[in-house]
Formats: sequence, C-alpha cells, structure tokens
Amino acid sequence: MDILNALVALSNFVLIPAIAYGSQLALGALGVTLIYGILRFSNFAHGDTMAFGAMIAVLVTWWLQSVGIGLGPLPTALLALPFGILGCMALVLVTDRMVYRFYREQKAKPVILVIVSMGVMFIMNGLVRFIIGPNDQNFADGTRFLISARDFKEMTGLEEGLAIKSTQALTVVVAVIAVALLFWFLNKTRTGKSMRAYSDNEDLALLSGINPERVVMYTWLIVAALATTAGVLYGLDKSFKPFVYFQLLLPIFASAIVGGLGSPLGAIAGGFVIAFSEVTVTYAWKKVLGYLAPAGMEPDGLVQLLSTDYKFAVSFVILLIVLLFKPTGLFKGKAV
Amino acid sequence: MTETVKNAALFLGVAALVVITGFMQSWNSAILIVNMGLISAIMAIGVNLQWGFAGLFNVGVMGFVALGGLAVVLVSEPLSPEAWSAGGWGIVLALLLGAATVFAAVMATRRMPRGRTRALTILTVLVAGFVIYRAVFDPNVMAVEAINPAAAGNIGGLGLPVLLAWPAGGLLAAGAAWLIGKTALGLRSDYLAIATLGIAEIIIAVMKNEDWLARGVKNVIGLPRPVPYEIDLQNDPGFVESAASLGLDPVTASTLYVKFGYSVLFMVVLLVLLWMAQMALKSPWGRMMRAIRDNEVAAEAMGKDVTRRHLQVFVLGSAVCGIAGAMMTTLDGQLTPGTYQPLRFTFLIWVMVIVGGSGNNFGAVLGAMLIWFLWVQVEPLGLWLMNLITIGLPEGSALKSHLIDSAAHMRLLTMGVILLLVLRFSPRGLIPEK
Repeated sequence: MDILNALVALSNFVLIPAIAYGSQLALGALGVTLIYGILRFSNFAHGDTMAFGAMIAVLVTWWLQSVGIGLGPLPTALLALPFGILGCMALVLVTDRMVYRFYREQKAKPVILVIVSMGVMFIMNGLVRFIIGPNDQNFADGTRFLISARDFKEMTGLEEGLAIKSTQALTVVVAVIAVALLFWFLNKTRTGKSMRAYSDNEDLALLSGINPERVVMYTWLIVAALATTAGVLYGLDKSFKPFVYFQLLLPIFASAIVGGLGSPLGAIAGGFVIAFSEVTVTYAWKKVLGYLAPAGMEPDGLVQLLSTDYKFAVSFVILLIVLLFKPTGLFKGKAV
Repeated sequence: MTETVKNAALFLGVAALVVITGFMQSWNSAILIVNMGLISAIMAIGVNLQWGFAGLFNVGVMGFVALGGLAVVLVSEPLSPEAWSAGGWGIVLALLLGAATVFAAVMATRRMPRGRTRALTILTVLVAGFVIYRAVFDPNVMAVEAINPAAAGNIGGLGLPVLLAWPAGGLLAAGAAWLIGKTALGLRSDYLAIATLGIAEIIIAVMKNEDWLARGVKNVIGLPRPVPYEIDLQNDPGFVESAASLGLDPVTASTLYVKFGYSVLFMVVLLVLLWMAQMALKSPWGRMMRAIRDNEVAAEAMGKDVTRRHLQVFVLGSAVCGIAGAMMTTLDGQLTPGTYQPLRFTFLIWVMVIVGGSGNNFGAVLGAMLIWFLWVQVEPLGLWLMNLITIGLPEGSALKSHLIDSAAHMRLLTMGVILLLVLRFSPRGLIPEK
C-alpha cells in the first residue's frame, strides 16, 4: 500500500490531463451551446471555426517569433490570441451575413441550418487547409514545464514523478478567466441579459424591444472568441492539425448535449464529464493499482478498460446514456 | 414532357463531361470516374431513402460504407481453419457473452421496478459481464493474431465468390443499422445526427483496432475480383488479337476491359436499386413515408407507427450504403480502414443528395455523378487556375509555390461553395421532388 505514490501517479496521468482537456472541451462546448440557444441549430462548422481562429493565432505567433517579440516563460501564442479572436470574429460575421442571415429571415427549419453549416464546414476546412496546409504545425514556445517529473521527485523524495506542463496550467487559468468573463457578461450586462431573454423566449424578447440582429451578432462575437481560445489552448497543449479540430466535433457536441444543449453551465460540466471519462476509461491503471494493492497482489495486465483509440466510443456511450435516461441533459437544456 | 427533356439534358450533360475527360485526359480516368460515380450514386440513393423519403438526418454514412467493405473481406477471403481452431470460436463465444450481458442489462432495465436495486443489478451485470467478456476475448484474440502476423493474423473469410459479398455488405450494414436505430431513432434530428456521426467513428475505430477481424490498419490487400486480371488478358492471344483489330495496344485494352467490366456490374446494381427505390417511392409505403416526413404528428394521428417506419427506412437506406461500400472495396481490391474520412464518405454524399435534389431518386443519381466528377476534376482544374493566377509572380517566390501546393485543397472549398449556392438559390436541387 502506497497511497501517496498512487495519488501522485493518478494526478500525473489522469487528473491533470483530464482537467486540461476538460477545460478545452468546455470552451468548445460553450460555443456550440450558445449557438444552439440563440440561433437554434447545431453548428457542425464549430470544429473548423476553432481551427480557423487557431490558425490565425499560429500565423501571428510565427510572425511575432520571427521579429523576436515574446513573453519570456509564457508562450508567444498568448500575445497572438487577440489577433486570432479578431480574425475569427471577422470570419463568422461575414459567414453570418452571407449565409446564415438569409435562412434566419426565411425562418428555415433548424435541420436546414444544420445542412447549411455542413457547407460552411467544408469551406472553413478548405480555407484552413488552403492557407496553412493539412500538416502538424508547431507554435508552442516558452518554458515547457511548470514542474517537471524529476524536480518533483527531488522535491518530495517520492518514487513517482508529477509533471505539470505549463500549457496545462495555462489552459486552466485562461479557461477560468474566459468562463468568468462570459458569465459576468451574460448575467450582468444589458446585452448579456437580452441574449438570455432571447434564448429563453424569442417572441417575448422581441416584444420587449430586443433587437434580434444585435443579439445574434454578439453571440457570434462571443462564440468566435471562445472557439479561438479553445482552439489555441488545444493546439498549445497537443499540436495544431486542422483535421484534429474536425474530429473534436464529436466530444464537443457530446459535452454540450450531456450538459444540456443551450445551458452554458451544463456545457462546462459536460466538458469535464466527457474528458474525465475518456481519460479514465482509456488509461492503463496498472501503475496506480500496483501502488494501492497489497504486496504480491499487483495486477499483471495493463488494467486498461479500452484502448485509447476507442476514446470516441467513450464520449458516445456517455452521450447515449444521458440521452436515454435524462434527455434534456444534466442541466436542463432545451428540447425543441 | 419538358421536365423529362430537361432531366435527360442534365444527364446527357454529365455524360458529356465524362466523354470530354476521355478525350482530354484518358479513357482510363474517364471510366474510373464513371465507376466511382456509379458507386456514389448508390450511396446517394441510400441517403436519399433516409433523408429524402423519411427526413432522417443520418451523418453516419461512412460507417455503413466501411461495414460493406468489411463484408467483402469476411466473405471472399479464403478460409483460415488455423485461425478458427486457434481462437476464432473463442472470439465468437466472447462476443456472444458480451451481447448476452447487454441483453441482460436491457432486460433488467425493462423488467425491474425503478430504484436502487435495479441500478445495482444493472451495474453488477455490466461489470461482471465486461470482466468475463475480456477474460474470454483477450487470449483468443492473441491466439488468432499470433498466426502469421505479417500476412494474416485475422480470422479470414468464408472463401465465397466476391459478388456474394455485395448483398452480404448490405446485410451487415442493415444489422448494424437496426441496432443503432433501436437506440438512437427516438431522438430528435440534431441528436440523431450527432449519434450517427459518433457511431460511424466507432465503426471505423473498431475496424482499425481489431486486427483479428480484418487486420486493422495493416490492411487487407489482393482481394478476389469479379473480373479477370489485366495480366491474364494480356497473355490471352485471343484478347490481344481482338484488341489489335480495334487498334489498341494490349495493355490499354486490358485495363479498359477490366474497368468496363466493373462499370457493367455497377450499372446493373444501380439500375436494380434505382428501380426498387422508384417503385418504393410510388407505392403506398412511399406515400406514407413522405406523409410522416412532412408531418409526423398528423401521420401518427392517422395510426401510422412512426418509430417503426423510421427504423425500417433507416435499415433499408443503410443497407444500400453497405452494398455500395462492398462494391467500392471490391473495385479497390483492398480494405484500408485508415482511408475512411467523414468528409469524403459522409458529407460529400450529402452534398450529392442535396445538389441532385433530395426526395428524387434520379436527382440523387445525377447529383452523385456530377459531384463525383467535380470532386475528381477540381484538383487539376485548381492547379491550372493557380498556375494562371500566379503567372505574374516571379519564379521561385514563396507565395507562388504555396499557392500551387495548396491547389489540392481547393476541392473542399469548391464543394462547400456548391452546397451553399444550391441551398440558397435552388434549395430543391437540380431535379426537384415531384
């Protein structure tokens, strides 16, 4: 029995990665859920919106690096993030003006808007591949570790190391700031309140003089900011590859639905539920159990429930369970 | 009459595009476009059954296509008695145990009263079932995968003629669709979309990782073919003679002959399925489907079992996609799970159906041929366009080489633009539903 080492191993391989991944998913799911709440359709192009915003940030990061501007220990990408957000905002506003507004005025069925978003997805995906190419791009710099495994071992004298990548810490900090700002905006400002009113009851909101186009515009702006932040953080933590963002669509939607579509709080909860289950189910528990089991009873196999390639299956199964037993999600979302 | 003329003109237009390709590039690539176009047309008929007839939003086409491909391996590969004696039956037993676990859990959910006992029973059944399943499954999989891993390591097939794999692909896809439909079809359209998207990814993940099944990412190559091999034709004096009398050299003639053979086979399947889809559309069943699509509540009030009909059409449409998937794998002669991409195998099929005209079978076929032609040809066209645009730029400039390299990614952009333009200006497609 060695509870301390087991705990350290658990945090190193499960808790910390899952918290970072969960924050990234939560930021993505917030975007999906806001669009669903205000514009009332599932935006299939969200993954590629994230990729686009992150791409602008990557390009600006490269430029900043080339002229020698940096943040010292922090990644330069943080400086580039506002530019990425602005670029992404421009893109989604243009898309909304050229594509979505027409269908909004027609009062088209939500499913038509979903198909339209498929078209937008193709275009954004094509744009990103056209500009930056389909390959892995590295843009992370600054210190790699907040605490490296060796330092931790030396500090504590434990057998097990604990490494916290600076990108992981950064992800959590930035995500907390972003979420705090979002909730402050939604709950305290006039525009935020009108957004929530519009999401709750469109007709009533229109009657009380809320301008729907303004609400929609602010929604897109917020979504662009969230998507870019999520995209950049994910890219810093893992790596920037356009196709991966497209694949993130599934866990992001799963998070939003599990939490309850249309509920911002739910999106955050859903993100962490999905991230923690993905990591725990696909993690090989041999090490942790080895510390916990009494001497001589250590497991032989890897004690891995599912191979890591099945992580999609995990988000999907959770999605199904929630839909079957609690169709509106953990936090009461909309059921249109 | 004018409408028939217009539709015929549209089909002739696509045919003309293919003929132009034949003259401008080569007849080999023209026939290749036709072959994949025919397969895409079958997939489009499947999606049209689900979306056009019944309004089901299935974005898991890729999964069913891949299952069709898997069927080709399972049916046409030679028998592998070694693998079966080593662990094949054990795997089957494990899978049955797994199915029994799920069944027991579902039964417990249905039969037992709500409460803590039920939750505990379900949990116990699932956990115990999973442990037993893995205990039986893992050693058997190891045993099968250990047999000649460089060339085999899978359970092999049934050694049957490859043409039988096509209906088998349909059956496999139908079985999977039934399972999926049972769980997911009660959901609203958005949820169904996400659910099918996820299932397709899972099917691909299974095919990539379960090496005992079809070698996973190690791929199965050299699948049997329903048409003769080029090399045999070239060695056949009779064939060489008739090729010479047509003024063709034996190599070109043999490749054309083989591809044309596929075209004939695919055309037969397409015509049969198209005829069946047309009959279904005109039948009372088809009218009922459209009634359900247009107003579920009213149809339910008229006594139609909406969920059952949805399940039916979901299974049928997926089966058609499975058949197309089996045909595609046969045409390729290999199963490569790593190449299945949702953009290519799900969303592109959707573009075909929407552009062609959802709800109209001929529209779906036309859309499939046209979009497939564009998908193939946009790349060289884009390259040509980029060369034209960058003609003023100095040789060796970074922008020029970047633009020319990126031309390959123009096709996604083009497909998106086409989809959006059609949705905006002609939302009912090229050949609208009557």
